[in-house]
Amino acid sequence: MLALAQWLEHTSVSQEIQKAPWLIPLLQTTHIIAIAMVLSSVLMIELRIVGVGKSLSMTQTSARYAPWLWTGLVLLAATGLGLIVGEPKRALPNPAFQIKMLMLAVTLAVALAFQTSLRRNLAFWEGHSLGRKLTGGFAVIVFFLWCAIAVAGRWIAYVHNA
Amino acid sequence: MQSVTELLSWLEATWLAEFIRESEWAFPAVESVHVIALALVIGTISIVDLRLLGLASTNRVYSELARQVLPWTWGAFGLAAISGTLMFISQPQTYLGNVAFRIKFALMFVAGVNMLVFQLITSRDASKWDRDAAAPLAGRIAATLSLAFWIAIVFFGRRIGFTTMPA
Repeated sequence: MLALAQWLEHTSVSQEIQKAPWLIPLLQTTHIIAIAMVLSSVLMIELRIVGVGKSLSMTQTSARYAPWLWTGLVLLAATGLGLIVGEPKRALPNPAFQIKMLMLAVTLAVALAFQTSLRRNLAFWEGHSLGRKLTGGFAVIVFFLWCAIAVAGRWIAYVHNA
Repeated sequence: MQSVTELLSWLEATWLAEFIRESEWAFPAVESVHVIALALVIGTISIVDLRLLGLASTNRVYSELARQVLPWTWGAFGLAAISGTLMFISQPQTYLGNVAFRIKFALMFVAGVNMLVFQLITSRDASKWDRDAAAPLAGRIAATLSLAFWIAIVFFGRRIGFTTMPA
């Protein structure tokens, strides 16, 4: 990781980002706005799953917020990549960054598996009370997993490389 | 002015301020809560603003959407205010003297005024345009200002961290 960081640091793209002092703060601001898009979209979808605000159907809720969730994730990936290329040594070898990426993979897997299962086994998840309780529990867990990723991200600034 | 300085020195000397300042993890932990809270403030406010502009949720009645979403905005705002206060008391003099901090709070003030004008005047006759695709001009202006102010607040908020030395 350190070798990769050292190589990245000397690429021309990285040099350009390092030369523009306003670029890193701007990328971070965009990153935070994208976090707002993702966390709020996830909150709205999970609230509907839990059963708060039934004025929209599950399908309508998903149609309203899923595109913003994905746009936010793409924006996060793009600005995140810019931040890594701009300061490779701050991110790549950093344990907080590595934990963050691991949690991102786990959260995406859990969220996608949950979504697929919801669609396929609607009778179970929405049927009897155990299924409903499990659905609500999963929704809450997924929301907090996304929050945990943001927390790990903030910690990159404080954890020093081993 | 004298009493403000005294108050700040007193705040800075409390055990809580000292703990946040000295602890390895307290400041990052409080800051993490702040990031999540502000993300929810801005995201949920945008849901309402985009509805006013006629850009999203146009199939929903405005006041019903606002009633459902805004309590989350206020809850998140409370969390952001508490975590923000905790960060502030750890080094009150440093923050008060910081330009980005001052700009951020000036922007929060105008964002607050914008919200009050909208809530107290513009949205009083909301029942007339509740179901329209977009709010009348005054509502659309308020929504645009709100989006612009909050994005700028994030920018200057993040800037504080670049222009103050960590304790």
